[in-house]
Amino acid sequence: MTTMQRGFNTATGWMADLGRGAIFLMRILFSLPGLILKPRLLIEQIYSVGVLSLVIVVVAGVFVGMVLALSGYRLLVGFGAEEALGTSVALVVVRELGPVVTGLLFAGRAGSALAAEIGLMKATDQLSGMEMMAVDPVKRIVAPRFLAGVIALPLLTSIFCVMAIGAGGGYFVGVDMLGVDAGSYWSGIQSNVDFGEDIINIFLKSGVFGAIITWVAVYQGYHAPPTSEGVSRATTNTVVIASLAILGANLMLTAVLFGSH
Amino acid sequence: MTPEPPTLDKPPQTRDNLVEVRGVHFTIGSRVIYKAVDLDIARGRITAIMGPSGTGKTTLLRLISGQWRPAQGTVHFDGAHVAKLSQNDLFEQRKRMGMLFQSGALLTDLSVFDNVAFPLREHTKLPERLIRDIVLMKLEAVGLRGARALYPAQLSGGMARRVALARAIALDPEMIMYDEPFAGQDPISMGVLLRLIRRLNDVLGLTSIVVSHDVKETLGIADYVYVISDGEVIDHGTPQQIRDSRSEWVQQFIHAEADGPVPFHYQGTPYAEDLLNGSRR
Repeated sequence: MTTMQRGFNTATGWMADLGRGAIFLMRILFSLPGLILKPRLLIEQIYSVGVLSLVIVVVAGVFVGMVLALSGYRLLVGFGAEEALGTSVALVVVRELGPVVTGLLFAGRAGSALAAEIGLMKATDQLSGMEMMAVDPVKRIVAPRFLAGVIALPLLTSIFCVMAIGAGGGYFVGVDMLGVDAGSYWSGIQSNVDFGEDIINIFLKSGVFGAIITWVAVYQGYHAPPTSEGVSRATTNTVVIASLAILGANLMLTAVLFGSH
Repeated sequence: MTPEPPTLDKPPQTRDNLVEVRGVHFTIGSRVIYKAVDLDIARGRITAIMGPSGTGKTTLLRLISGQWRPAQGTVHFDGAHVAKLSQNDLFEQRKRMGMLFQSGALLTDLSVFDNVAFPLREHTKLPERLIRDIVLMKLEAVGLRGARALYPAQLSGGMARRVALARAIALDPEMIMYDEPFAGQDPISMGVLLRLIRRLNDVLGLTSIVVSHDVKETLGIADYVYVISDGEVIDHGTPQQIRDSRSEWVQQFIHAEADGPVPFHYQGTPYAEDLLNGSRR
């Protein structure tokens, strides 16, 4: 088989996978209305993928905010513009780093856990058992996890942004350690961060990222070969594919949302 | 009226059959599992499917329950063509079936009690108090009422299968499929399980399919037996007819003999040749 044939086969394999993934996504979307009757399933999953991801998001937010303030201060102080530190930290975090870094953390923490959990359920016949009890695993297992991811990631992203900009992160380094004026720090943020353009857009971005990550995770888990190697590969694939997909989607969303400015 | 017991040459026919398998051909990848298999599962009887490991006994249960579809041939459950049912219709049929998986297939994040209550909560609107009573009755039947607070990870393999049996009968199905129910059971549990399968079948008027390679136990409770190997039905009949079978294959299988038409070793190159070619894996 020539290199060209192998490349063609790989490409058609990817396309087939994408097609199967799209059909699976449609099944999930059609299953979502059923969750109205079973809100407890959704709440449990929001706790599992959202609340349990809080620690890593908070800690990462604090450190990212501190690093941004440190490096931003060194740059700005050369131009005598250190009063713009709050603005620069806030815009970088809100527009780019917040959704992307939280998405990557979410893919590593919650995405991998979802893929492993569903993959193991398949390997131990739990999904088959449900089907035999006339319970659709897509409705009972997959749909609540998918929706929980879409809801949880925007909330986690906003917590990340608050931690990065606020008293624990950028503010602590910029104002408390480096002596930037607190009033300038906050007023710069207030006058330059637009609610309609920036805040709404981070919710849009992170909502899309949440859908991508959980879609990849539940698809990989649900279609994993029922072996330990299969589950392991599904977990790895989830983190790799979801991370790359987030970075690609971020470029497209940024071009659409902020491209005209 | 009780139907006549089936004979070796004439498997149970038509309305007496809850399940009819006709000309089923099934492959997994390039491996042929079934080639034109015909068999019937008579209503109200315990039908055993026997054969050595890897002959596709569990596959047959998955074909009957519609989890997998045959490449050729048909599977009918109570007159309905299983492979042609919509998902909703298939799920309606499955509410009439219970299946005991070889692994138990218990939901690991639920306790024993909640596992047995699961199908009741999903498919009925019974008050929680009534669900509790039903769950305790089912668990009492399998001897695990006292273990209701335990989680699947705290159960032995045999106990997990007994919990799975309690769950399989929770909705009082018309047919139960048992996949290797005797594996991993201690002698006491084995005796109780044998009696329970027989009693459930007779008292509740169920139809039972027992997939097993435990010859003594299976022939002891089955009304009719199919012996499968190499993708085909080798023999079928009442347990006595199977014991008296003239097939060398069946005799080797039921008497667990090492020598006979069924090879113990997987196909390969001669042993001596393999040892002499030390460099090859």
